Amino acid sequence: MAVREAEPVGSLQEVKDAGLDREDLLGIYRNMLITRGVEERGHILYKQGKIPGSFYTGRGNEASAVGVATAMGADDVGCPLQRDMGVHITRGVEPWRIFAQYMGRVDGPTHGRDGNVHLGDANLGLHAMVSHLPAMLPVAVGMGLAFRIREERRVAVAWCGEGASARGDAHEGMNLAGVRRLPVVFVIDNNQWAYSTPTYLEYAVEHLADRAAAYGFDGVVVDGTDVLAVYREARRAIEKAREGGGPTLIESLTLRMEGHAVHDDAFYVPREMFEEWARRDPIERYRTWLRDNASMSDDEEDEITAGVKRLLHESIERAEASPLPDPATLLDGVFAEQDELETPHHK
Amino acid sequence: MPEKTYLQAISDGLRQEMRRDQRVFVLGEDVGVYGGAFKVTLGFQEEFGPWRVIDMPLSETAIVAGATGCALMGLRPVAEMQFADFVSCAWDHLVTVAAKQRYRAGTPIPIVLRLPSGGGFSGGPFHSQNPESTFAHIPGLKIVCPATPEDAKGLLVSAIEDPNPVLFFEHKHLYRRIKGEVPDERYATPLGKARVHRPGDDVTVVTWGAMVYTAQSAAEKLEADGVSVEVLDLRTLIPWDREAVLASARRTSKVLVLHEDTKTGGFGAEIAATIAEEAFEHLDGPVRRIAAPDAPVPFSPPLEKAYIPQVDDVVAGLRALAAY
Ligand SMILES: Cc1ncc(C[n+]2csc(CCOP(=O)(O)OP(=O)(O)O)c2C)c(N)n1
Repeated sequence: MAVREAEPVGSLQEVKDAGLDREDLLGIYRNMLITRGVEERGHILYKQGKIPGSFYTGRGNEASAVGVATAMGADDVGCPLQRDMGVHITRGVEPWRIFAQYMGRVDGPTHGRDGNVHLGDANLGLHAMVSHLPAMLPVAVGMGLAFRIREERRVAVAWCGEGASARGDAHEGMNLAGVRRLPVVFVIDNNQWAYSTPTYLEYAVEHLADRAAAYGFDGVVVDGTDVLAVYREARRAIEKAREGGGPTLIESLTLRMEGHAVHDDAFYVPREMFEEWARRDPIERYRTWLRDNASMSDDEEDEITAGVKRLLHESIERAEASPLPDPATLLDGVFAEQDELETPHHK
Repeated sequence: MPEKTYLQAISDGLRQEMRRDQRVFVLGEDVGVYGGAFKVTLGFQEEFGPWRVIDMPLSETAIVAGATGCALMGLRPVAEMQFADFVSCAWDHLVTVAAKQRYRAGTPIPIVLRLPSGGGFSGGPFHSQNPESTFAHIPGLKIVCPATPEDAKGLLVSAIEDPNPVLFFEHKHLYRRIKGEVPDERYATPLGKARVHRPGDDVTVVTWGAMVYTAQSAAEKLEADGVSVEVLDLRTLIPWDREAVLASARRTSKVLVLHEDTKTGGFGAEIAATIAEEAFEHLDGPVRRIAAPDAPVPFSPPLEKAYIPQVDDVVAGLRALAAY
């Protein structure tokens, strides 16, 4: 089974055929801007000492995250990782709660118990990552198994970096999904560096999507800087899974445009590589497409940009107004209570 | 003697052993060009080349099991976990193969796992753990927890020489904060020998790792009350120095065990139980434990501060014990 390389998306008509109207298209742009904005502002807050711990950004990954999340249905679920801020934004996690999470405030989704991008909102179908990569990938497969057992037309999406895809967890999860043809879509964000480790020291196949053949399902490589191509491939894969067609492995190719985390200046990445991929910036690329193909006007663009700016500003203020957790609550929630099983996402 | 940070001491010890013994090599994530997440192996790849400083894929099982295989073929691998927390990914091979191989098959596994552990910097539940007691329960694994730069180097040398799998817990919070004199020449600090960090007569604190400094600050405060506190640094948990602990307990008659790991089933329980079994008649008070509460390590600073034992907690514990 040869892996397919996805074509770029061309015309507005093609996009409409894929199920997006003009409002959706502008919404995608807005979500990408919020995604980058949350991380840029977060970085500043970190430098100001307002965010403890460490700080990771996903610059370069916005198209991949927003594109896939846009293709998900309301009842679908997912387990994003550390470069997938756009998934949270697209699914509707409010930026002020994300800032509260970063700052360790009570209103963050983990109420100060966990930090930075280790967040999720089960009511929005997102389940928080853990550091041990890619531990949530086989968990997402378990979610797909639940849908299969209950014969629900829902799909689970599992994100993973190309580096993390080396672990046994990824293999075991994908194998199970293949054997049982579970409704799971695997998205490997191949941003070419796992911390300081380049792809040639991470895997020896040509494309990571080649691995899909070994698990008995389809693989596709998509340009991860082309949000519409990512959307189209994700939508295909999700609908196929929903119809009982089994899993798909989508390899989304991009570059991690900053260091692994704020302490890392990425000295090991050749500068020309950054320069080349900066010319393919996913947001800039999509902006140009919108102007050329969907006649986004100056006014529309300004309005979106200003709206995002306002949103970020208000979000930070609101997050800063959220209190730090009371040390007396340290032991709250180590164990669950019986009635918590009655929540919607458990049913 | 030159002053070195705890991190430099580890780095120097490792480099010295690699120069001395061709069988010693390192493997782990980002250990090469990047020099490791904490830069312990910075410059190593230039000196020793890419086959003695091996950048591994993100594959803890392959790192630990791979090291085990190399050890069976006569090499002396020193494997780095990027954070101690991630050793859980390799749990199976460590516990199932490495720990039991000598006992069941007679083949020793001389591997060292370097494990940057401990909290205090808002690393959250997956970058701050002290999982030493989890492994202390597994026969066949040795456990080392140095507190000073001098010990960090000397114990690492012993760990590399040791014919068993050794878990070397390096406390991240000590890496650049703690400096001390470290001999340039090669020396090996034996495993299983405690060290009196601070002598005293009235109460003993048994501790290790970063908590040695917490205990020291608390002891200094109690000096003002006229209470003389001995701080005993255990240095290694498996094997641990029962004689030193029991001797100190018999002499001061009061013991507080302090650790950063969670309390239930923590290594402090083992120490307290041993003192109760072996030195009960010498005690003038109950053996107290101060440890983290039974929760994952929280991220937010006020929660993390409430979680990690603080100097004031130890002072209060020592005062209560002294007054008992
Ligand atoms: C099991 C495990 N080992 C090591 C780490 C430390 N670590 C965090 S991110 C990272 C690199 C991940 O690379 P990749 O999966 O390609 O994702 P990227 O960060 O490039 O988006 C490493 C080694 C980890 N989080 N989990």
